[in-house]
Amino acid sequence: MDPILWNDWHVVADATALQCDRPITTRLLGVPLTVSRDAQGAVHVVGTDGSPIVSDVRHGFVWACLGKPARPILSIAELAEPDRCVTTAGSFGVHVSAGRVIENFLDLGHLGHVHAGYLGQEPQTAVEPYEVARLPDGGVHASGCKVFQPVSSPTAQSGFVVEYQYKVERALTASLYKSSFSQPDRFDVIYLFAQPLDEEHAIAHVLEIFIDDGVSPAALRAFQQFIFLQDKPILENQIPKRLPIGQRMEMPVLADKTSVAYRRWLAELGVTYGTVGAHDGGLPA
Amino acid sequence: MILYDYPPLAECYAVRLLAALLDVPLEIRSLDYYPGREHETDEYLDIAPLGSVPALDTGTAVLGDWQAALIHLAAHHDATGQWLPLGDPDRLVAIHEWLAVARALAHSAGVARLHELIGQPAVIERCRTEAHRLLRHLERHLWFGERAGRRWLVEGEQPTIADIAVFVQVILCEEGGVSRLDYPAVRRWIDSVRGIRGFVVTSGVLPLDPTAPVHTLA
Ligand SMILES: [Fe+2]
Repeated sequence: MDPILWNDWHVVADATALQCDRPITTRLLGVPLTVSRDAQGAVHVVGTDGSPIVSDVRHGFVWACLGKPARPILSIAELAEPDRCVTTAGSFGVHVSAGRVIENFLDLGHLGHVHAGYLGQEPQTAVEPYEVARLPDGGVHASGCKVFQPVSSPTAQSGFVVEYQYKVERALTASLYKSSFSQPDRFDVIYLFAQPLDEEHAIAHVLEIFIDDGVSPAALRAFQQFIFLQDKPILENQIPKRLPIGQRMEMPVLADKTSVAYRRWLAELGVTYGTVGAHDGGLPA
Repeated sequence: MILYDYPPLAECYAVRLLAALLDVPLEIRSLDYYPGREHETDEYLDIAPLGSVPALDTGTAVLGDWQAALIHLAAHHDATGQWLPLGDPDRLVAIHEWLAVARALAHSAGVARLHELIGQPAVIERCRTEAHRLLRHLERHLWFGERAGRRWLVEGEQPTIADIAVFVQVILCEEGGVSRLDYPAVRRWIDSVRGIRGFVVTSGVLPLDPTAPVHTLA
């Protein structure tokens, strides 16, 4: 088993939606789990034999680690800002590897095609040059991306040029920072936690941390779900369903600079679960 | 008319699709069905006692059943009378029979899809087996129909609400792990429905001609 993902924390349920009388059965890296909340409100994650799994509740989600956590659950600075509207936006299953879900989230190139009229528009789908660098603790940081978005968020009253940043701090966690419509010098933040059910199935858990300009959590959820459901069929039609890394990495189009950096980083980390080509030797060029 | 809507649900899409085909404007009230369970709140149950989504407020009644909403739209807002031929008892009966098939598909293929999409509890393999049984029934009906010169589910030159009700279930079934690969006549019929003038898509549904401008109802 892939030691990187085995010893990492993964979101396995939306804690805000977990009710006492409705335990959730799910899987993590192929291992069946039950997530439940007892009458005292405490959350438990157990395997099929009832044995407890290392777990925690953080940022509105239930987290689990099948091995020994190599690092703590990541911290999210924006959650401490008082003027934020914070909501989990639902947990959606997709028939594709978790890495593919993260990669799609990072791909600026698809906005004008898949989310035309909202997060981009045709024919202006070309992506302006932007920077991709490594985060100090490892991971990928893309910054300086600029996209014209006709409807960037549920409260946007008009289109504007939105600045984007992406961070990939953990193998299957990505965050997106985009200029807020009401305060363009600050960022609305969206975290995506991809739970690997198995090598070709994932659940996309989303956390939204928006500047509170009167937007309701329900409106944030509805908008995010509408956008995600546009991605879903595109994601599920990808071949192969696992993320190609290593020498067999597909030739990505120019716009997918962040995606190349993401795949290269996974290959360096030694992530193999849910990928293809990792054992073909060498890192991607 | 007000439609209480949760866009990912096939049944909501059916009502939005027929309304678009009939050129009937709907005032959309988007519900936080998942994960917010807004349809289980007292406020919503006061509006729609069944707690079902969609619900259509016609101005005189709130219809909590999606097929009742289709019947209402066709009976009151279709001057041609093609979608629900009220004066033709044999075709009406056939339409009702297919509405029942659509319901059975909702309870099998639809449940499988919601299991995969939002983790709704389901006995997934039983759902898929049942969905394939229904798709085989649909395939046979359409295949023989093609040979008899019948293009739609129910005898006649024009599609009916039966086509809409079954279509919304079938077009989204692959998201539940129910493949349409083995049903060529079903795939041809799907293209016929997508080719109806005024057809609109929803998330997860592609237009017949991918180069044509997309009308999305959100
Ligand atoms: Fe997208």
